[in-house]
Amino acid sequence: MPNQIIEGSQAVAKMVRLCKPKVLAMYPITPSTHIPETLAQMKANGELDGTIIRVESEFSALSACIGASSTGVRAYTATSSQGLALMHELLFATAGMRLPIVINVVNRALSAPLNIFNDHQDSMSERDSGWIQLYAGTNQEAVDMTVQAFRIAEECLLPVMVCMDGFYLSHTYEVVDVPDDIKGFLPDYQPEHCYLDPNKPMTIGTWAMPEPYMKLRKELNDAAEKSVGTIQKVHDDYAKAFGRGYGDGLIEVTGEGSTAIVSIGSVCQNIEAVAKEKGMQLVRVRCFRPFPRQQLIGALKGKKSIIVIEKNAALGLGGGAMFHELRSALKGSDAKIACYVVGLGGVDVTLDYLRKVADSADSLGDGEVRWQNE
Amino acid sequence: MTGGTVKDVGSTTKNKTGTWRSERPIVDAEKCKRCGICVQHCPEPCITLDPHAVIDYDFCKGCLICKAVCPFDAITSKGERLCQTK
Repeated sequence: MPNQIIEGSQAVAKMVRLCKPKVLAMYPITPSTHIPETLAQMKANGELDGTIIRVESEFSALSACIGASSTGVRAYTATSSQGLALMHELLFATAGMRLPIVINVVNRALSAPLNIFNDHQDSMSERDSGWIQLYAGTNQEAVDMTVQAFRIAEECLLPVMVCMDGFYLSHTYEVVDVPDDIKGFLPDYQPEHCYLDPNKPMTIGTWAMPEPYMKLRKELNDAAEKSVGTIQKVHDDYAKAFGRGYGDGLIEVTGEGSTAIVSIGSVCQNIEAVAKEKGMQLVRVRCFRPFPRQQLIGALKGKKSIIVIEKNAALGLGGGAMFHELRSALKGSDAKIACYVVGLGGVDVTLDYLRKVADSADSLGDGEVRWQNE
Repeated sequence: MTGGTVKDVGSTTKNKTGTWRSERPIVDAEKCKRCGICVQHCPEPCITLDPHAVIDYDFCKGCLICKAVCPFDAITSKGERLCQTK
Protein backbone atom coordinates (compact mmCIF):
# COMPACT_ATOMS: atom_id res chain seq x y z
CA MET A 1 0.00 0.00 0.00
CA PRO A 2 2.31 2.78 -1.19
CA ASN A 3 0.18 5.92 -0.63
CA GLN A 4 -1.07 6.17 2.92
CA ILE A 5 -1.89 8.65 5.65
CA ILE A 6 0.83 7.86 8.12
CA GLU A 7 2.88 9.44 10.88
CA GLY A 8 6.38 10.57 9.83
CA SER A 9 8.18 8.29 12.28
CA GLN A 10 6.12 5.28 11.26
CA ALA A 11 6.73 5.98 7.58
CA VAL A 12 10.48 6.14 8.21
CA ALA A 13 10.33 2.91 10.25
CA LYS A 14 8.55 1.18 7.35
CA MET A 15 11.31 2.25 5.01
CA VAL A 16 13.99 1.10 7.47
CA ARG A 17 12.35 -2.36 7.51
CA LEU A 18 12.64 -2.51 3.71
CA CYS A 19 16.34 -1.61 3.94
CA LYS A 20 16.82 -4.80 6.01
CA PRO A 21 19.42 -3.74 8.56
CA LYS A 22 20.76 -6.83 10.31
CA VAL A 23 21.26 -5.06 13.62
CA LEU A 24 19.16 -2.25 15.10
CA ALA A 25 20.43 -0.95 18.44
CA MET A 26 18.16 1.80 19.67
CA TYR A 27 17.41 3.69 22.85
CA PRO A 28 14.15 5.65 22.74
CA ILE A 29 14.29 9.40 23.26
CA THR A 30 11.67 12.04 22.48
CA PRO A 31 10.89 12.90 19.69
CA SER A 32 12.54 9.94 17.91
CA THR A 33 10.80 7.34 20.11
CA HIS A 34 8.15 6.31 17.60
CA ILE A 35 10.80 5.01 15.22
CA PRO A 36 12.28 2.37 17.59
CA GLU A 37 8.79 1.71 18.93
CA THR A 38 7.40 0.96 15.46
CA LEU A 39 10.41 -1.16 14.54
CA ALA A 40 10.11 -3.12 17.81
CA GLN A 41 6.44 -3.70 17.06
CA MET A 42 7.36 -4.99 13.60
CA LYS A 43 9.88 -7.35 15.20
CA ALA A 44 7.24 -8.61 17.63
CA ASN A 45 4.88 -9.20 14.70
CA GLY A 46 7.55 -11.18 12.87
CA GLU A 47 7.77 -8.60 10.08
CA LEU A 48 11.37 -7.51 10.67
CA ASP A 49 14.41 -9.70 9.91
CA GLY A 50 17.07 -7.80 11.84
CA THR A 51 18.11 -8.24 15.45
CA ILE A 52 17.01 -5.49 17.81
CA ILE A 53 19.43 -4.87 20.66
CA ARG A 54 17.87 -3.20 23.68
CA VAL A 55 20.69 -1.05 25.01
CA GLU A 56 21.01 1.00 28.18
CA SER A 57 22.00 4.31 26.57
CA GLU A 58 22.62 6.01 23.26
CA PHE A 59 26.34 5.57 23.83
CA SER A 60 25.71 1.82 23.88
CA ALA A 61 23.35 2.06 20.91
CA LEU A 62 26.01 3.44 18.61
CA SER A 63 28.68 1.22 20.20
CA ALA A 64 26.56 -1.82 19.35
CA CYS A 65 26.08 -0.51 15.81
CA ILE A 66 29.83 -0.04 15.44
CA GLY A 67 30.38 -3.61 16.63
CA ALA A 68 27.73 -4.94 14.27
CA SER A 69 28.95 -2.93 11.31
CA SER A 70 32.48 -4.17 12.03
CA THR A 71 31.31 -7.71 11.44
CA GLY A 72 30.18 -6.64 8.00
CA VAL A 73 26.42 -6.21 8.37
CA ARG A 74 24.08 -3.27 7.87
CA ALA A 75 23.47 -1.44 11.17
CA TYR A 76 20.94 1.23 12.08
CA THR A 77 19.88 3.44 14.96
CA ALA A 78 17.65 6.46 15.61
CA THR A 79 18.00 9.19 18.19
CA SER A 80 17.48 12.84 19.13
CA SER A 81 19.15 15.69 20.99
CA GLN A 82 20.80 14.50 24.23
CA GLY A 83 20.99 11.02 22.73
CA LEU A 84 23.01 12.27 19.79
CA ALA A 85 25.16 14.33 22.15
CA LEU A 86 25.86 11.19 24.19
CA MET A 87 26.96 9.48 20.96
CA HIS A 88 29.41 12.32 20.22
CA GLU A 89 32.61 10.36 20.91
CA LEU A 90 31.41 7.41 18.83
CA LEU A 91 30.25 9.56 15.93
CA PHE A 92 33.89 10.44 15.32
CA ALA A 93 34.91 6.79 15.74
CA THR A 94 32.27 5.61 13.26
CA ALA A 95 33.41 8.04 10.60
CA GLY A 96 37.09 7.38 11.31
CA MET A 97 36.56 3.63 10.93
CA ARG A 98 34.58 4.33 7.74
CA LEU A 99 31.59 2.29 8.90
CA PRO A 100 28.45 2.87 6.79
CA ILE A 101 26.00 3.19 9.69
CA VAL A 102 22.76 5.14 9.19
CA ILE A 103 21.09 7.19 11.93
CA ASN A 104 17.71 8.85 11.74
CA VAL A 105 18.20 11.98 13.83
CA VAL A 106 14.87 13.45 14.85
CA ASN A 107 16.00 17.00 15.57
CA ARG A 108 15.39 18.46 19.01
CA ALA A 109 16.89 21.26 21.10
CA LEU A 110 19.79 20.59 23.46
CA SER A 111 19.69 21.22 27.22
CA ALA A 112 19.94 23.51 29.22
CA PRO A 113 17.23 24.58 29.78
CA LEU A 114 15.69 21.19 29.10
CA ASN A 115 13.45 21.26 26.05
CA ILE A 116 11.99 18.52 23.91
CA PHE A 117 10.93 20.61 20.92
CA ASN A 118 12.47 21.07 17.53
CA ASP A 119 15.56 22.92 16.44
CA HIS A 120 18.75 21.81 14.68
CA GLN A 121 21.29 22.39 17.43
CA ASP A 122 21.79 18.66 18.07
CA SER A 123 22.89 17.56 14.60
CA MET A 124 24.47 20.88 13.59
CA SER A 125 26.77 20.54 16.59
CA GLU A 126 28.07 17.28 15.07
CA ARG A 127 28.81 18.78 11.69
CA ASP A 128 32.57 18.19 11.89
CA SER A 129 32.32 14.53 12.87
CA GLY A 130 32.85 13.19 9.34
CA TRP A 131 29.23 12.08 8.94
CA ILE A 132 27.20 12.95 5.88
CA GLN A 133 24.20 15.02 7.01
CA LEU A 134 20.96 15.10 5.04
CA TYR A 135 18.01 17.24 6.18
CA ALA A 136 14.48 16.36 5.13
CA GLY A 137 11.89 19.00 4.27
CA THR A 138 8.86 16.69 4.37
CA ASN A 139 7.98 13.23 5.65
CA GLN A 140 8.06 11.95 2.09
CA GLU A 141 11.60 13.22 1.74
CA ALA A 142 12.62 11.69 5.10
CA VAL A 143 11.42 8.31 3.80
CA ASP A 144 13.19 8.73 0.46
CA MET A 145 16.38 9.95 2.14
CA THR A 146 16.49 6.97 4.50
CA VAL A 147 16.85 4.40 1.72
CA GLN A 148 19.21 6.68 -0.20
CA ALA A 149 21.29 7.07 2.98
CA PHE A 150 22.12 3.35 3.15
CA ARG A 151 23.32 3.35 -0.45
CA ILE A 152 25.30 6.56 -0.07
CA ALA A 153 26.87 5.26 3.15
CA GLU A 154 27.86 1.93 1.64
CA GLU A 155 29.20 3.41 -1.59
CA CYS A 156 31.24 6.15 0.15
CA LEU A 157 32.10 4.15 3.31
CA LEU A 158 30.86 7.07 5.35
CA PRO A 159 28.12 7.08 7.98
CA VAL A 160 24.99 9.10 7.21
CA MET A 161 22.62 11.07 9.44
CA VAL A 162 19.15 11.55 8.05
CA CYS A 163 17.78 14.52 9.97
CA MET A 164 14.06 15.20 10.27
CA ASP A 165 12.40 17.82 12.42
CA GLY A 166 11.02 16.62 15.73
CA PHE A 167 7.21 16.82 15.97
CA TYR A 168 6.84 18.97 12.82
CA LEU A 169 7.74 15.88 10.81
CA SER A 170 8.13 12.97 13.21
CA HIS A 171 4.66 13.25 14.79
CA THR A 172 2.73 14.62 11.83
CA TYR A 173 0.34 12.45 9.85
CA GLU A 174 0.28 13.18 6.15
CA VAL A 175 0.09 11.29 2.89
CA VAL A 176 3.36 9.49 2.28
CA ASP A 177 4.23 7.03 -0.44
CA VAL A 178 6.22 4.23 1.17
CA PRO A 179 7.27 1.85 -1.60
CA ASP A 180 6.43 -1.84 -1.14
CA ASP A 181 9.72 -3.01 -2.54
CA ILE A 182 13.14 -1.39 -2.92
CA LYS A 183 15.22 -4.49 -3.67
CA GLY A 184 16.71 -3.28 -6.91
CA PHE A 185 17.63 0.09 -5.46
CA LEU A 186 19.49 -1.10 -2.39
CA PRO A 187 21.60 -4.24 -2.89
CA ASP A 188 22.78 -6.33 0.08
CA TYR A 189 25.73 -4.78 1.89
CA GLN A 190 29.01 -6.34 0.74
CA PRO A 191 31.73 -5.30 3.18
CA GLU A 192 35.22 -5.17 1.76
CA HIS A 193 37.37 -2.84 3.80
CA CYS A 194 36.47 -3.84 7.31
CA TYR A 195 34.85 -6.93 8.82
CA LEU A 196 35.71 -9.33 11.60
CA ASP A 197 36.23 -12.81 10.20
CA PRO A 198 38.34 -15.43 12.02
CA ASN A 199 39.52 -16.77 8.66
CA LYS A 200 40.81 -13.38 7.51
CA PRO A 201 42.09 -11.66 10.63
CA MET A 202 42.45 -7.89 10.58
CA THR A 203 42.79 -5.08 13.09
CA ILE A 204 40.14 -2.37 13.06
CA GLY A 205 39.66 0.79 15.08
CA THR A 206 43.33 0.70 15.83
CA TRP A 207 45.84 3.12 17.31
CA ALA A 208 47.76 5.37 14.94
CA MET A 209 50.92 7.38 15.45
CA PRO A 210 50.79 11.09 14.47
CA GLU A 211 51.72 10.75 10.78
CA PRO A 212 49.34 7.91 9.86
CA TYR A 213 46.66 9.50 12.05
CA MET A 214 46.79 12.75 10.15
CA LYS A 215 46.93 10.91 6.83
CA LEU A 216 43.75 9.00 7.73
CA ARG A 217 41.95 12.18 8.84
CA LYS A 218 42.85 13.80 5.52
CA GLU A 219 41.56 10.73 3.67
CA LEU A 220 38.32 10.99 5.66
CA ASN A 221 37.96 14.65 4.73
CA ASP A 222 38.63 13.91 1.07
CA ALA A 223 36.08 11.08 1.09
CA ALA A 224 33.51 13.37 2.69
CA GLU A 225 34.10 16.11 0.11
CA LYS A 226 34.03 13.61 -2.74
CA SER A 227 30.76 12.08 -1.54
CA VAL A 228 28.95 15.02 -3.18
CA GLY A 229 28.95 13.13 -6.49
CA THR A 230 27.64 9.91 -4.95
CA ILE A 231 24.86 11.73 -3.09
CA GLN A 232 23.71 13.28 -6.37
CA LYS A 233 24.01 10.01 -8.29
CA VAL A 234 22.03 8.05 -5.69
CA HIS A 235 19.41 10.82 -5.61
CA ASP A 236 19.11 10.74 -9.41
CA ASP A 237 18.88 6.94 -9.50
CA TYR A 238 16.11 7.07 -6.91
CA ALA A 239 14.30 9.79 -8.84
CA LYS A 240 14.44 7.61 -11.94
CA ALA A 241 13.24 4.49 -10.16
CA PHE A 242 10.53 6.03 -7.97
CA GLY A 243 9.61 9.23 -9.81
CA ARG A 244 10.53 11.59 -6.99
CA GLY A 245 13.46 14.00 -6.94
CA TYR A 246 14.48 17.03 -4.92
CA GLY A 247 16.44 19.66 -6.81
CA ASP A 248 19.92 18.42 -7.68
CA GLY A 249 20.04 16.19 -4.62
CA LEU A 250 22.14 18.66 -2.60
CA ILE A 251 20.07 21.83 -2.79
CA GLU A 252 16.58 22.55 -4.07
CA VAL A 253 15.85 25.94 -5.64
CA THR A 254 12.26 27.21 -5.93
CA GLY A 255 11.02 30.51 -7.35
CA GLU A 256 13.02 33.44 -8.63
CA GLY A 257 14.02 36.84 -7.37
CA SER A 258 16.94 39.11 -6.60
CA THR A 259 16.60 38.19 -2.93
CA ALA A 260 17.20 34.59 -1.92
CA ILE A 261 16.30 32.89 1.32
CA VAL A 262 18.58 29.99 2.23
CA SER A 263 17.22 27.56 4.79
CA ILE A 264 17.10 23.94 5.86
CA GLY A 265 14.52 21.48 7.14
CA SER A 266 10.73 21.52 7.33
CA VAL A 267 10.51 25.28 7.97
CA CYS A 268 11.19 25.59 4.24
CA GLN A 269 7.57 24.61 3.59
CA ASN A 270 6.46 27.88 5.24
CA ILE A 271 9.32 29.84 3.72
CA GLU A 272 8.42 28.60 0.25
CA ALA A 273 4.88 29.99 0.59
CA VAL A 274 6.14 33.39 1.79
CA ALA A 275 8.93 33.55 -0.80
CA LYS A 276 6.34 32.97 -3.51
CA GLU A 277 4.19 35.81 -2.14
CA LYS A 278 7.12 38.19 -1.96
CA GLY A 279 8.78 37.29 -5.25
CA MET A 280 11.84 35.80 -3.61
CA GLN A 281 13.82 32.67 -4.26
CA LEU A 282 14.11 29.82 -1.79
CA VAL A 283 17.28 27.74 -1.73
CA ARG A 284 16.68 24.74 0.48
CA VAL A 285 19.80 22.92 1.62
CA ARG A 286 19.18 19.14 1.66
CA CYS A 287 22.74 18.11 2.30
CA PHE A 288 24.66 20.11 4.90
CA ARG A 289 27.67 17.78 5.05
CA PRO A 290 29.43 17.65 2.70
CA PHE A 291 28.76 21.39 2.38
CA PRO A 292 27.42 21.98 -1.16
CA ARG A 293 29.70 24.95 -1.74
CA GLN A 294 29.76 24.90 -5.57
CA GLN A 295 26.02 24.32 -5.86
CA LEU A 296 25.27 27.24 -3.51
CA ILE A 297 27.71 29.56 -5.28
CA GLY A 298 25.99 28.68 -8.57
CA ALA A 299 22.46 29.11 -7.25
CA LEU A 300 23.16 32.41 -5.49
CA LYS A 301 25.13 34.05 -8.28
CA GLY A 302 24.00 37.63 -8.96
CA LYS A 303 21.68 37.89 -5.94
CA LYS A 304 21.36 41.30 -4.31
CA SER A 305 20.62 40.02 -0.86
CA ILE A 306 20.58 36.66 0.84
CA ILE A 307 18.80 35.84 4.08
CA VAL A 308 19.83 32.67 5.88
CA ILE A 309 17.13 31.34 8.19
CA GLU A 310 18.23 28.58 10.52
CA LYS A 311 17.38 26.81 13.72
CA ASN A 312 20.77 26.67 15.37
CA ALA A 313 23.18 29.17 16.85
CA ALA A 314 26.95 29.17 16.91
CA LEU A 315 27.00 30.52 20.46
CA GLY A 316 29.63 33.15 21.05
CA LEU A 317 29.95 33.81 17.33
CA GLY A 318 26.36 34.88 16.63
CA GLY A 319 24.26 33.55 13.80
CA GLY A 320 23.88 29.96 12.73
CA ALA A 321 26.55 27.59 11.45
CA MET A 322 25.18 27.58 7.91
CA PHE A 323 25.23 31.39 7.75
CA HIS A 324 28.93 31.53 8.55
CA GLU A 325 29.79 28.73 6.14
CA LEU A 326 27.76 30.30 3.37
CA ARG A 327 29.39 33.69 3.91
CA SER A 328 32.78 32.10 3.68
CA ALA A 329 31.76 30.23 0.49
CA LEU A 330 30.43 33.44 -1.10
CA LYS A 331 33.43 35.57 -0.16
CA GLY A 332 33.98 38.21 -2.82
CA SER A 333 30.37 38.22 -4.07
CA ASP A 334 28.40 41.48 -4.07
CA ALA A 335 25.47 39.96 -2.24
CA LYS A 336 24.49 41.22 1.18
CA ILE A 337 24.19 38.22 3.48
CA ALA A 338 22.27 38.30 6.76
CA CYS A 339 21.01 35.70 9.17
CA TYR A 340 17.89 35.04 11.19
CA VAL A 341 18.21 32.58 14.06
CA VAL A 342 14.70 31.20 14.49
CA GLY A 343 12.69 28.47 16.12
CA LEU A 344 15.10 27.49 18.91
CA GLY A 345 13.46 25.09 21.33
CA GLY A 346 10.41 24.83 19.09
CA VAL A 347 9.41 28.50 18.82
CA ASP A 348 6.79 28.60 16.05
CA VAL A 349 8.10 30.06 12.80
CA THR A 350 4.77 31.28 11.45
CA LEU A 351 3.88 32.62 8.03
CA ASP A 352 3.27 36.05 9.58
CA TYR A 353 6.69 36.06 11.17
CA LEU A 354 8.34 34.96 7.92
CA ARG A 355 6.56 37.79 6.06
CA LYS A 356 8.23 40.23 8.47
CA VAL A 357 11.57 38.54 7.80
CA ALA A 358 11.05 38.88 4.05
CA ASP A 359 10.01 42.53 4.41
CA SER A 360 13.15 43.28 6.40
CA ALA A 361 15.42 42.29 3.47
CA ASP A 362 16.25 45.89 2.51
CA SER A 363 16.95 47.05 6.06
CA LEU A 364 19.39 44.22 6.85
CA GLY A 365 23.08 45.03 6.88
CA ASP A 366 25.70 42.67 5.46
CA GLY A 367 26.64 40.16 8.12
CA GLU A 368 23.79 41.22 10.38
CA VAL A 369 22.31 38.60 12.68
CA ARG A 370 18.84 38.83 14.18
CA TRP A 371 17.11 36.46 16.53
CA GLN A 372 13.43 35.66 16.25
CA ASN A 373 12.68 36.76 19.83
CA GLU A 374 14.58 40.07 19.61
CA MET B 1 44.11 0.87 4.94
CA THR B 2 40.69 2.56 4.53
CA GLY B 3 39.45 3.59 7.96
CA GLY B 4 42.76 2.61 9.56
CA THR B 5 42.06 -1.09 9.01
CA VAL B 6 45.22 -3.18 9.24
CA LYS B 7 45.06 -6.38 7.21
CA ASP B 8 48.59 -7.80 7.75
CA VAL B 9 48.46 -9.53 11.10
CA GLY B 10 51.31 -8.98 13.60
CA SER B 11 51.98 -5.48 12.39
CA THR B 12 52.30 -4.12 15.95
CA THR B 13 55.88 -5.44 16.01
CA LYS B 14 56.70 -3.01 13.20
CA ASN B 15 56.00 -0.09 15.49
CA LYS B 16 59.31 0.35 17.32
CA THR B 17 57.99 1.73 20.60
CA GLY B 18 61.56 1.91 21.92
CA THR B 19 61.73 5.36 20.32
CA TRP B 20 59.58 6.67 23.18
CA ARG B 21 62.33 5.87 25.75
CA SER B 22 63.98 8.77 27.57
CA GLU B 23 66.03 6.68 30.02
CA ARG B 24 67.90 3.54 28.94
CA PRO B 25 68.40 0.59 31.35
CA ILE B 26 71.85 -1.00 31.01
CA VAL B 27 72.64 -4.56 32.22
CA ASP B 28 75.98 -5.30 33.82
CA ALA B 29 76.70 -8.82 32.54
CA GLU B 30 79.19 -9.47 35.36
CA LYS B 31 76.66 -8.77 38.12
CA CYS B 32 73.66 -10.52 36.52
CA LYS B 33 72.87 -13.89 38.15
CA ARG B 34 70.15 -14.90 35.63
CA CYS B 35 67.51 -14.92 38.39
CA GLY B 36 64.85 -13.73 35.88
CA ILE B 37 63.06 -11.36 38.26
CA CYS B 38 63.42 -8.51 35.74
CA VAL B 39 61.98 -10.75 32.99
CA GLN B 40 58.89 -11.39 35.10
CA HIS B 41 58.41 -7.70 35.91
CA CYS B 42 59.05 -6.19 32.47
CA PRO B 43 55.62 -4.97 31.28
CA GLU B 44 56.62 -4.83 27.62
CA PRO B 45 57.95 -7.69 27.83
CA CYS B 46 61.31 -7.23 26.18
CA ILE B 47 63.92 -8.88 28.42
CA THR B 48 65.27 -12.36 27.66
CA LEU B 49 67.90 -14.44 29.52
CA ASP B 50 70.40 -15.27 26.86
CA PRO B 51 73.02 -15.72 28.24
CA HIS B 52 72.20 -13.07 30.89
CA ALA B 53 69.43 -10.43 30.98
CA VAL B 54 69.32 -8.87 27.51
CA ILE B 55 67.02 -5.92 26.81
CA ASP B 56 65.45 -5.46 23.37
CA TYR B 57 65.88 -1.72 22.89
CA ASP B 58 63.49 -1.73 19.90
CA PHE B 59 60.62 -2.10 22.35
CA CYS B 60 61.98 -1.08 25.79
CA LYS B 61 60.14 2.12 26.78
CA GLY B 62 62.54 2.88 29.63
CA CYS B 63 60.17 2.43 32.57
CA LEU B 64 63.14 1.14 34.66
CA ILE B 65 61.06 -1.38 36.63
CA CYS B 66 63.86 -3.87 35.85
CA LYS B 67 66.35 -1.58 37.53
CA ALA B 68 64.11 -1.22 40.59
CA VAL B 69 63.51 -4.96 41.05
CA CYS B 70 67.03 -6.29 40.36
CA PRO B 71 68.28 -7.77 43.69
CA PHE B 72 71.92 -7.57 42.55
CA ASP B 73 71.96 -3.94 41.30
CA ALA B 74 72.99 -5.35 37.95
CA ILE B 75 70.87 -2.82 36.06
CA THR B 76 71.78 0.87 35.94
CA SER B 77 70.39 3.57 33.65
CA LYS B 78 71.49 6.49 31.58
CA GLY B 79 69.70 9.28 29.74
CA GLU B 80 68.77 8.08 26.25
CA ARG B 81 70.19 11.18 24.64
CA LEU B 82 73.56 10.61 26.31
CA CYS B 83 73.61 7.05 24.95
CA GLN B 84 72.86 8.21 21.42
CA THR B 85 75.39 11.05 21.26
CA LYS B 86 78.17 8.78 22.46
